[in-house]
Amino acid sequence: MLHRHPRLRLGLLLGPPMLWLGVLYLGSLAALFITSLWTVDAFGGNIQRIWNLDNYRDLFTLDVYRTITGRTLVTAAAVTVIDALLAFPIALYMAKVASPRRQRLLVIAVLTPLWASYLVKAYAWRAMFANGGPLDALGVSPGYGLTATVLTLSYLWLPYMILPMYAGLERLPTSLIEASADLGASTATTMRRVVLPVLFPAAVAGSIFTFSLTLGDYIAVKIVGGANQMLGNVVYDSFLTGNNLPFAAAVATIPVAVMLVYLTAVRRTGALDSL
Amino acid sequence: MSTPAVELVDVTKSFGPVTAVDHVDLRIENGEFFSMLGPSGSGKTTVLRMIAGFEQVTSGRVMLAGSDVTDRAPFARDVNTVFQDYALFPHMDVLANVEYGLRVKKVPKAQRRERAMAALESVQLGPYAARRPTQLSGGQRQRVALARALVNRPTVLLLDEPLGALDLKLRREMQLELKQLQREVGITFVFVTHDQEEALTMSDRIAVFRDGRVEQVATPAELYENPATAFVAGFVGTSNLLTGQAARTVIGREGTFSIRPEKVHLDSEVEAGFTSVRGTVTDVVYLGSVNHYVVELDAGPTLTVLRQNLHGGTDQALGRRGQDVTVGWADEHVIDLSGRAPEHQHPEHDQHDQEEKS
Repeated sequence: MLHRHPRLRLGLLLGPPMLWLGVLYLGSLAALFITSLWTVDAFGGNIQRIWNLDNYRDLFTLDVYRTITGRTLVTAAAVTVIDALLAFPIALYMAKVASPRRQRLLVIAVLTPLWASYLVKAYAWRAMFANGGPLDALGVSPGYGLTATVLTLSYLWLPYMILPMYAGLERLPTSLIEASADLGASTATTMRRVVLPVLFPAAVAGSIFTFSLTLGDYIAVKIVGGANQMLGNVVYDSFLTGNNLPFAAAVATIPVAVMLVYLTAVRRTGALDSL
Repeated sequence: MSTPAVELVDVTKSFGPVTAVDHVDLRIENGEFFSMLGPSGSGKTTVLRMIAGFEQVTSGRVMLAGSDVTDRAPFARDVNTVFQDYALFPHMDVLANVEYGLRVKKVPKAQRRERAMAALESVQLGPYAARRPTQLSGGQRQRVALARALVNRPTVLLLDEPLGALDLKLRREMQLELKQLQREVGITFVFVTHDQEEALTMSDRIAVFRDGRVEQVATPAELYENPATAFVAGFVGTSNLLTGQAARTVIGREGTFSIRPEKVHLDSEVEAGFTSVRGTVTDVVYLGSVNHYVVELDAGPTLTVLRQNLHGGTDQALGRRGQDVTVGWADEHVIDLSGRAPEHQHPEHDQHDQEEKS
């Protein structure tokens, strides 16, 4: 019966995931956005379904939120750049220099930290930055703060940058690098004119992960960030401490909007084909 | 003698325990179309890559136009390569690909554009300058790769099986075109191929490689008429190789001998300077312009005989299967390979696996 009814077949295949995507995924995003247009009454703390843009007005006009938004974006950008700079030589070595055996070992080595708990890794970094900790003993600890946050997040998200870059370099034929050298290009010129342009979409693909994961993070900054706050903390505190779900929803809309803009921009580079 | 374009002096290349190139000496003259011919794994591509600088020699020297380039990087050698997979830059259009070499050498923009366009036109691809490599056919990519290399006017152009990916008809066209192009530009071409017909068609001289060594360096005619070893006799064209017992009974002497299939006559008369032996046709392959007969001699060995289809058709040729015949050849067409075999010759090499390659 199934083979004579292709529509039924397709329905059975895609029904459950479509339900998941449509109801839970897009539905929760829609609920988030709708909630952000509501308000709470000042005394009872109950949600009042009165449509207004007050939450957004506060977000854009109050200095504290502009500062936090700016800080979050700068952190995300810094993490992305650091990860790209660290990932490139590692990925290049893995894809073009290492023997096949070592290549497999390195892929495992890159993936292994993803199995460890996020919290454990963040606290491990807290210990690294602590007063009297290893970095302090060497005299290079930045202490708890934004720098520590950037370093910790760079560490946490590095595999998400290495893997797409590695895949991108694996696809780059070695003969292209040889051809460039053959035509008279120095190693630096070959990197600039051949390797990096071909690798760019893969790097952008990696940046989507590092950038968006940083935008939404609020735990690392709590653990190693000192008094600094990110957008995620505002969401968390507005909801838990302030009992203001509509405002939390409005804050949470910012990273979503930023990522939509970012994805639209990178779609033109062809990076989404390398995911 | 003038300075050779390329000279390899006692070059050896090892990859771990494997010796890919084993004490090779080569002299490639200026303006020559020189082919390196051999089965896969014979070391010919490794030699090419050492001339280009992609591989470092384990020992020995590489000279280009008289200067020692052994320790120079690929970008510091005045050679250009046409790669087997063409290696066109996917993120650049055709013109930018051809310009690349001039661009990294800081040739002014107007000048490099002019030279690149001229190079593209010389391979009939002028109208395709703005295309991406992915929008071209295999033959067109091949021409772009050629233009990209030649626009730099190298001393030597290296070609690594550049026609391997093309279909037979296009390959034949490109063979003639390459040869003509080489005559026009006068640049030394070093061409790697495993296709003996291709090598014979295009080359001024051919080096036959086997197991990392050079078996023979000669002109195509010399290679065919006067192979130095049993391997060359079998690899370049087809050969009836007679050794051991077969040599004793058929030739009447000890040694290794080769007779080309087209030099063997069917139904031969007994005459002076001619050897005739009796046998039975066991198989006939009709190939259109020629027929290919397998004759089992009464004395034991099997000969391949190639006869042109001058008269008679398919039926007549195929009808000879099972017939008793007298085959013969002029004694001058027996090539005596005894004593010419190099020390690493493999005596178990029989004619059958060589026929497949031809």
